Amino acid sequence: MAEAGLVLEDVRIMLGNDVLVSISAEIRPGEVLTVMGPSGSGKSTLLAYLTGTLAPEFRASGAARLNGRPIDGLATEARRIGILFQDHLLFPHLSVAENLAFGLAQGTAKRRQRVEAALAEVGLQGFGPRDPATLSGGQRARVALMRTLLATPEALLLDEPFARLDAELRDQTRSLVFRSVRDLPVVLVTHDLADAAAAGGAVVDVRGRRL
Amino acid sequence: MTAGFRFLPSVTVLVLAGPVLAGLVGTLVPALSERGAAFRELAAWPGLEAAVRLSLVTGIVATALSLLIATALTAGWWGTRAFRMVERLLSPLLSVPHAAAAFGLAFLIAPSGWMARMLSPWATGWERPPDLLIVQDPAGWSLIAGLVAKETPFLLLMTLAALPQAAPGRSLSVAQSLGYGRVAGWLKVVFPRVYAQIRLPVYVVLAYSMSVVDVALILGPSTPPTLSVQITRWMSDPDLSLRHQAAAAALLQLGLVVLALGAWRLAEIGVARAGRAWVWGGQRRLAERSVRSVALVAGIALAAVVVIGLLGLALWSVAGFWSFPAAWPDALTGRTWTRHAADIHAAFADTALIACLATGLALTLVIGCLEVEHRHGLRLRRGGGAILYLPLLVPQTVFLPGLASHLIWIGWNPGMCPVILAHLVFVLPYVFLSLGDSWRAWDIRFATAAAALGAGPARVLFFVRLPMLIRPVLTAAAVGIAVSVSQYLPTLLVGGGRIATLTTEAVALGAGGDRRAIGAWGLVQTAAALLPFAVALFVPVILARSRRGLQGG
Repeated sequence: MAEAGLVLEDVRIMLGNDVLVSISAEIRPGEVLTVMGPSGSGKSTLLAYLTGTLAPEFRASGAARLNGRPIDGLATEARRIGILFQDHLLFPHLSVAENLAFGLAQGTAKRRQRVEAALAEVGLQGFGPRDPATLSGGQRARVALMRTLLATPEALLLDEPFARLDAELRDQTRSLVFRSVRDLPVVLVTHDLADAAAAGGAVVDVRGRRL
Repeated sequence: MTAGFRFLPSVTVLVLAGPVLAGLVGTLVPALSERGAAFRELAAWPGLEAAVRLSLVTGIVATALSLLIATALTAGWWGTRAFRMVERLLSPLLSVPHAAAAFGLAFLIAPSGWMARMLSPWATGWERPPDLLIVQDPAGWSLIAGLVAKETPFLLLMTLAALPQAAPGRSLSVAQSLGYGRVAGWLKVVFPRVYAQIRLPVYVVLAYSMSVVDVALILGPSTPPTLSVQITRWMSDPDLSLRHQAAAAALLQLGLVVLALGAWRLAEIGVARAGRAWVWGGQRRLAERSVRSVALVAGIALAAVVVIGLLGLALWSVAGFWSFPAAWPDALTGRTWTRHAADIHAAFADTALIACLATGLALTLVIGCLEVEHRHGLRLRRGGGAILYLPLLVPQTVFLPGLASHLIWIGWNPGMCPVILAHLVFVLPYVFLSLGDSWRAWDIRFATAAAALGAGPARVLFFVRLPMLIRPVLTAAAVGIAVSVSQYLPTLLVGGGRIATLTTEAVALGAGGDRRAIGAWGLVQTAAALLPFAVALFVPVILARSRRGLQGG
């Protein structure tokens, strides 16, 4: 592989004449880039750019490559970039196991065992038939993490995924997430200094300035 | 398949605007041919002046009363337990077909109706039905009553849908903390914002009330009738020369609606001015007690009239011998039902077929449009949103006669297919209005989450979005079916009188006055419109019984 990791080359996102985001970065597998800033500073615009869900009124220039592969213009589902939101967004009409199976790549063999194993990995054995709405915040976070990982992404975006958890749970979940994604490039968006410290990588704002 | 959807908004606009424009042309040509001969004949019709006056007065009075009651109810009672009760009473009435509600009302208030029977002979002294013209009175009061009973729930629900954007709770508490009464405070701070959003629905009610045919046939005066009823009579007359006269009258009807809408708009401006002066005056109260009690009584009375009317239909359909002034029939019998079973069965099948196909097409177009909007950001903007109202604002009697002649010119003979397409014109706007808000309110991050897991747009649509939105989708389908079931004029005119639905048959029976038959047909018509709502209510409950995150959603 020519170039491992997620590379952002002069990425600029404009709304009208305002530059919201201007950033260059190289995130190697296993590295975390933390983007900090107050709400409304353009953090979610950057994530929308990376997932390919920017609203049409935004204009983006520059280039993003994942493992040497340009991702600009690709559909969200073709990018192989996973994302975790703070609300976890488990599909409410599916059971916990069905949520995980939704993430599992098509054509994967032994789907039931894979799902059971994923649940066991995060200490949720037997939770498969449960209704996601009956899970605690920490359990939902773990299911959402496993759902994302079962889709075998090549990079991971974290959109304040720990913000809704209370302090103790936040530490546990945070270390679980960073442990599980050891070999992926990760972009973490947060306004919590403790998140940035736990991530351990470079910390920048949406203008690419190091903090 | 992503690219394949892009044409759907254009198709939708064509479905909405095409028939209306084609119909207008089809009305203009015969009306203006032979140098206005049609207009001279129309002017010579002795009933013209009364018909015009009837249309204007009944339409404007019915709309004003409905808006007044709906507004007074929300202003006086919003957020209270009484309001929720009235809301629950009135919402199902929305889907009761106009014709069935009108028959129910007629059975109630007619000289030989239930009300007279309950009061006779002990209070009235009547031993036989009095010779009074209560139903079909020349001034159109019973027609107005029938319209108000159906349009008040519509405007109330439109108001409720508009409320969240007006954040009424906070505004009202601020006003109340400044010493304003509930009614005065509501009218000053909440109502102006709500009205701006329900303006188009109010215009729809006005245009509809001025030009409705089935309700006016049942409750309106007959010599002369309202202008729209007369247009329908001329259109259905075997004497084809009368069609030119009908076209001229249709243009006149359009002019009247435009005139009334213009007058209404001027009145809006006047009321807004007066309202501003009222705000400057700082009056804290507006006859709070009287407004509240009158509104509540009116709301409950409207619901009661329709419900008791429907019970009247049910009772007549199984009544044996029932002499005046007895309050109950001497015996109950299934004879009426056995006699009409075969006809009802056939008409029910055709009604269901038309309703299901028109609704299926409408749902496909609407979901397609909303998906295009979601995937490509191509939104039906202001102009596109307003086009939804086009078939509802241009009276049916104005463009349907022209459309029917057009279809015959292009060689498409009256039959099932044209009727389904004509129904689609009216079903589509309501399905769109019913589904649009919930569809757009869906948390778009679920789509991002699914796509980030590798799901393509089709998989997101069919396995995530539609299942999560099953409740609003089924409700929109029920709305579509109810709208289709209650259509009278499109079936009659575009079907060339050859398609018999529950509604056309029930309205046709109205002329004969066989109460037992009317009762049976009206009841089945109501059931056909209400049943889908029951399905829309219970299917999601069953599907979601083990999914708390979907309940109440």
